[in-house]
Amino acid sequence: MRHPFRRRRAIATDPFVPVAPTTAPARPAPARENPEKARRRAERRIKFTAVCFVFGFAVIGAKMGAISASEAREPATGGLAGAGIVSERADITDREGRVLATNVSATALYAQPHKMVDPAAAAEGLASVFPEMEAATWTRRFTSGSKFYWLKGNISPEQQQAVFDLGEPGLLFGRREMRVYPNGPLAAHILGGARYGEQDVRAAEIRGVAGVEAVFDAYLGDPAREGAPLRLSLDLSVQTAVERVLASGMNLMQAKGAAAILMNARTGEIVSMASLPDFDPNDRPQVRTEGDRGDDPLFNRAVQGVYELGSTFKIFAASQSLELGLTNARTMIDTSGPLRVNRFTIRDFHDYGPRLSVTDVIVESSNRGTARMALDIGATRQQAFLRSLGFFDPTPVELTEAPGAKPIVPTRWPDITTATVSYGHGLSASPLHLATAYASLLGGGTRVTPTLLARETPPEPGPRVVSPRVSAEARHMLRQVVTRGTASLAEVEGYQVGGKTGTADKPSPTGGYYDDKVITTFAGIFPANDPDYVLVVSLDEPEIEAAGEERRTAGWTAVPIAAEIVRRIAPLLGVRPDFDAGSDTFGAYLANAAVQ
Amino acid sequence: MRGLLYTLSICAVIGLAFWAYGSSYETRTLERQVARLEREIGARHQELAMLRAEWAYLNRPDRLHELAEMNFEMLGLVPLSADHFAETDQVAYPATAGPRELGFDWAARALETEIDGVIVMNHRLEEEVREPVVPPAPARDGEQLP
Repeated sequence: MRHPFRRRRAIATDPFVPVAPTTAPARPAPARENPEKARRRAERRIKFTAVCFVFGFAVIGAKMGAISASEAREPATGGLAGAGIVSERADITDREGRVLATNVSATALYAQPHKMVDPAAAAEGLASVFPEMEAATWTRRFTSGSKFYWLKGNISPEQQQAVFDLGEPGLLFGRREMRVYPNGPLAAHILGGARYGEQDVRAAEIRGVAGVEAVFDAYLGDPAREGAPLRLSLDLSVQTAVERVLASGMNLMQAKGAAAILMNARTGEIVSMASLPDFDPNDRPQVRTEGDRGDDPLFNRAVQGVYELGSTFKIFAASQSLELGLTNARTMIDTSGPLRVNRFTIRDFHDYGPRLSVTDVIVESSNRGTARMALDIGATRQQAFLRSLGFFDPTPVELTEAPGAKPIVPTRWPDITTATVSYGHGLSASPLHLATAYASLLGGGTRVTPTLLARETPPEPGPRVVSPRVSAEARHMLRQVVTRGTASLAEVEGYQVGGKTGTADKPSPTGGYYDDKVITTFAGIFPANDPDYVLVVSLDEPEIEAAGEERRTAGWTAVPIAAEIVRRIAPLLGVRPDFDAGSDTFGAYLANAAVQ
Repeated sequence: MRGLLYTLSICAVIGLAFWAYGSSYETRTLERQVARLEREIGARHQELAMLRAEWAYLNRPDRLHELAEMNFEMLGLVPLSADHFAETDQVAYPATAGPRELGFDWAARALETEIDGVIVMNHRLEEEVREPVVPPAPARDGEQLP
């Protein structure tokens, strides 16, 4: 086959071949158009084009004008508007999702005097609807030339109808959302309360004033969360039971105030926290300016009240002594008197004989025995241990009041401080500090962080405070305080309660201590061999006539209340009652420590 | 040819304009509809929130406690305590005597076998006479206070 692109063979031709001339026949010249006609046609076309352009530009200009004149508006659909967000502030619920705080729509009343037909009649009418408004004052205000007045933040539908019936065009209603606490004073100190912040006739901002409402103010109002409720660790029914029992106990003991904390010993979740007297967050009272701040109903005794917590501290000295290997539970401690430290004499409630074992020092609550153990430990190590339990810092709980409640710690730490702090005098802390420390020490020996938020997953264990074995030994000692010691009234059939009582004289504002005013505390755990919950009950100035005498010690005041609380709430919490005598043996405690 | 082309394109322009206007109007109607629905959903949410608040208010523990006390005769509710719990082996198995239908008059059957051939109807011996429990008077709107 031949190559297709091969050049054609050259043929020898004569390059000078004459080319035949291609002469096309001459076309006839086109007939010349009438120039006048052509001009008119061109003009017509130009005009047509011009009209088209003018029309086009006019359309574009009109549209631009319309766009610039109209108000900018988002597309009506597709955004978050309307369906998703209902209220500007999310609900607060308990751990089971029961509502603790929510919003309802409400109405605000405002006036625009320049729109009024008859300002005097309007003022009269308002005075008849709202008895606290004075007709004369408002007539003067409405005629003063001002253009705007807020009259009422929240009015009921009946009042709204009554104002509407006045028929005054200058009285107007604004939409509002109102924060409502449907359970009334329940958990008042935790919830705190809310008030209006910036307000406008269309809406008003709700701001938290105290408690979790204030701490989570931004969180509750965050539109990105689309109104998902804030779930607290509280349990509504448990909180109710605790408050009821505490209130009746407080009345019975004629106490000035009372506080109770129930904390999950493993996670640090506060299941219930009560402080009495309390208030209704729907109608939060003003902060009292005169009198003792500590007696204000707004004052949260469980968090803000720093008190000397008395003998409940003894278990810390004993645990540390065990942890350091200075003693074991059976080591005999010298409890003989007199014990003089830095010129001060340390006394016992009554004489316990020459010596007691470490367990019995706790069971009988001997000041001298604890002081001697603490002096063996030494000030530095004692401070470090108490610091590791959180007694030197404010609690990290999510309340506005918490950072201000710093424990009162002695500045100097001579031997006498070491001795007195070991039995809970000279160092003031809140009941929440005590509950946290008990949870850390007895819940397995790792630091527990208190929280008011329901935890989705169990937290990472904190730094170790004591070994699991020492924790088990401390629990066993506290159990014996109930079975054969000062807290015998705390025995609740089925729920091995263990705990320590503490009675501290109240410091007088003029210096020194009152003789007849005490703060009694019971700090306990249940069930003692494997604690699920820590309970702290504290009473301010209790007094009861029992067994023929006037009694003020914790064993007669705080302990029976704590027992009643455990009796009521343990079934609610789903703690399984255990009637087996074998679960009180030390072996059961150790077995649970080993499991942990 | 050219005329046909012009006619066709003009027809196409008119058709497209119709279609565009049609869809534009449809879109606007739908948008209005969606906006209305969203407003309605918002209002329903608001209502729901209100009802939830009311539910929480009516179920507040204080009120339930008082109602339980008021209706103690009828309900016999007491606080839960440790003795209300039991082990599974403490619970007796149901009697295996035979199927006892509810509401069947066993005493009548016994009588029937005793007096042969007579069918006893409306036997009332075994039924105890119960005092009807009168609940506390409800408030005028039917709701029991508090």
